[in-house]
Amino acid sequence: MNIVVCVKYVPDAQSERTFNESDNTTDRVGVDGLLSELDEYAVEEALKIVEAGEGEVTVLTVGPDQAADAVKKALQMGADKGVHVNDEAIHGSDSVATSLVLAEAIKKIGDADLVLTGMASTDGTMSVVPAMLAERLGLPQVTFASELTVDGQQVTIRRDGDAASETIVASLPALVSVTDQINEPRYPSFKGIMAAKKKPVETWGLADLGVDASQVGLDAAWTKVESFTKRPPRQQGQIVTDEGDGGTKLAEFLSAQKFI
Amino acid sequence: MFELSKDHEDFRKVVREFAEAEVAPHIAQWDREHHFPVDLVPKMGELGLFGLVVPEEFGGMGDDGDFTSLCVAIEELGRVDQSIGITLSAGVGLGINPILTYGSQEQKERFLPDLVAGRALAGFGLTEPDAGSDAGATRTKAVRDGDEWVVNGAKAFITNSGTDITSVVTVTARTGTNDDGSAQISAIMVPNGTPGFTVEPAYDKLGWHASDTHGLTFQDCRVPVGNLLGTEGNGFKQFLKTLDDGRIAISALAVGMSQRMLEETTSYAKTRKAFGNPIGVNQGVSFQIADLAVMVEASRQLTYKAAWLKDELEKGRRSVAEVKQAAAICKLYSTEAAVTATRIATQVFGGNGFMEEYPVARFYRDAKILEIGEGTSEVQRMVIARNLGLPTA
Repeated sequence: MNIVVCVKYVPDAQSERTFNESDNTTDRVGVDGLLSELDEYAVEEALKIVEAGEGEVTVLTVGPDQAADAVKKALQMGADKGVHVNDEAIHGSDSVATSLVLAEAIKKIGDADLVLTGMASTDGTMSVVPAMLAERLGLPQVTFASELTVDGQQVTIRRDGDAASETIVASLPALVSVTDQINEPRYPSFKGIMAAKKKPVETWGLADLGVDASQVGLDAAWTKVESFTKRPPRQQGQIVTDEGDGGTKLAEFLSAQKFI
Repeated sequence: MFELSKDHEDFRKVVREFAEAEVAPHIAQWDREHHFPVDLVPKMGELGLFGLVVPEEFGGMGDDGDFTSLCVAIEELGRVDQSIGITLSAGVGLGINPILTYGSQEQKERFLPDLVAGRALAGFGLTEPDAGSDAGATRTKAVRDGDEWVVNGAKAFITNSGTDITSVVTVTARTGTNDDGSAQISAIMVPNGTPGFTVEPAYDKLGWHASDTHGLTFQDCRVPVGNLLGTEGNGFKQFLKTLDDGRIAISALAVGMSQRMLEETTSYAKTRKAFGNPIGVNQGVSFQIADLAVMVEASRQLTYKAAWLKDELEKGRRSVAEVKQAAAICKLYSTEAAVTATRIATQVFGGNGFMEEYPVARFYRDAKILEIGEGTSEVQRMVIARNLGLPTA
C-alpha cells in the first residue's frame, strides 16, 4: 500500500500570526512555523496502516524553504520519504492553485493507493483542498474520517455528524481526510530523529510538474486580501462584585450578550 | 570548541513539545496530590529518553545517542517540571548506569531492556540515615551465607525506589573490612518484592512532590550471590565513577529551572502593571531579570561544556580529572544560580509568587534540593579545591 500524505507548514498558533505588509499574504517567514497539528493525524494514520500491513508512506508539502521542516517532522515520526514542492511562483497561491500543484506532484510520485490529508489547515482552515484534490485526481473523496480501515481494495470510514454517524465505503485508490478524533499522533522518538536524516527528500519546482507559473501564485488567486488590521488589544473585562445578587447579574450579562 | 548539534536542537524541540503536552497540563495537580505519574514513564521510554547512553542491543540509541542529548532532555523536562526531570535523571544515572557499567551480560539482559523502554524503573541505594557523601560510613551489611547474600540495614532518600514499576534497587553494603580497617563496600542488586526488603512510605518533601522517594529497610533480606554488581569490595569506587554524570545531569535540571524563571519573569514584567506601567519599566525589576539572563547563559555554557567533556571522555579524548572538575563546577554554579533564580522570580511576582496558582512557587520549593542532591554545594567546593591541589585535612 503506497500512501501519500499531504502536509502543510503553518505559522505556529502559539505565536503572533500576521500578514506580509507588502502583498497581504500570510507571513510564513517572519514567524515560527510547524507541521500543521491537524496534518499530524493524517501522518499518524498512514503510519499505522503501513505498520499493520506493508507499504510506504510519502509525505508531500508545497511551501517555501521553511516548509522543509514540516516534511522533516513527518519523516521523524516515521514516514519513509518526502517531497517538497518549492517554487517562488507559488507564493500567494489560493487553495485552487495549491490543489493543482499537489495533484500534479501526486501524479509524479505515482502509484498512490491512498491519499491522506488533515481535515483542514490550522491557518486557512477552509477544508477545501481535499475535495479539490480528489476532483483533480479523479479519486473518490471521503472526508472527515474519525475512523478508517483499509480492507483489500476498499476503504471504510466513519464520519461523525452532530446527530448521527455515517459509515462510508469507497474503492481504492481514494482520498481520505481525517479528523483530530481518529488517533493520537506519536512524538518523534530520538531514533526517529536520527533515522530521518538518512531518508530521501526530493525538492521539485513547477517545471518538474509541468505546471505553468501563470496558473498559480497571487495573480492567479480567485480571492484577494485588500487590507488587514491588527486585532485590537483585549479590553479589560467587567468585574462584578457579588453582593448576593451575583447570579442575577451574571444572567443579565449573558442575556444582554444574547447567550441566553 | 563544543556546540549543540542540529540533532540536539531537533531533539530539544520534541522533548519540549512532549513536556508541554504531557506534563504541563497535569503537573499542578500531581504536585498538589504528591502523585507520581507512573503512566508517563513508558511514554518517556517511547521517546527514547532512557536509552540515550545505552547500546542498541539493550534497546538503547547506540552510537546515535550521547550524554549531551540526555542533558538536553533533562533540561527540557526540568523546564516544565523538576520532578519529572529528576525521574529521568535518576532513572538513567542511578538506575540504568550502574547496571550498564558494572553488570554482567546476564544482569544487563535481565534488567536493561525494560528499564530502557520505560516499562520499569530502578533505584540506587547509597545514602543512609547516617551516611551520605561519606559513603565509607555505610552501615548496611551484606553477609555471605552459602549461595546467598543476607542484607541488613536501611537506606534513605532513594529516588524511583517505590513506584509501581520499580524492578530492582542496587544497594551499597559493607561486605568486609580492608587491611587498613576501612569498610569494604559492595553493590548488590535487590529485586522488588524480595522477602525482607521493605519500601517505607513516601517522604513528605519540601519539593519534587511528583517524584518518588522512599526510605528502604532490609531485614535478613536474601538474594542470590549472582546479584553482586561488579566486583566485591569495589562498590564505593564504582559509585564514585558514576557520580560525575549525576552532577552534570543535576546541573542540566538547574538550567531548565533558571530558563523557566527567565521566561516567567520576562513575560510577567511585560504584562503586570503597577502605578500605571508594566513593572518591567522599573530597573529594580528589569535589572534583576537581566541578571537572571546572565545566570541562565552561564549555567548553560558550564553544563554543556561538562557534558561535552563527558562525551569526549567516552571517546578517549579527555581525562576523568577534567570531567570531574567540570562536573563539580557546573553543578555548584548552576544549582546555586537556580535557587537565586527562583528567589528573583517569586520576588518579581510579588504576592502572586507566594501562591501555588503560579508555577514560580512550585519551582521555588523545588530549587533547594538542587544544592543538596548528588553532593551538596560544600562537597562540590571540596572537590574543586582538592582538584586545585589545595591541602586537605
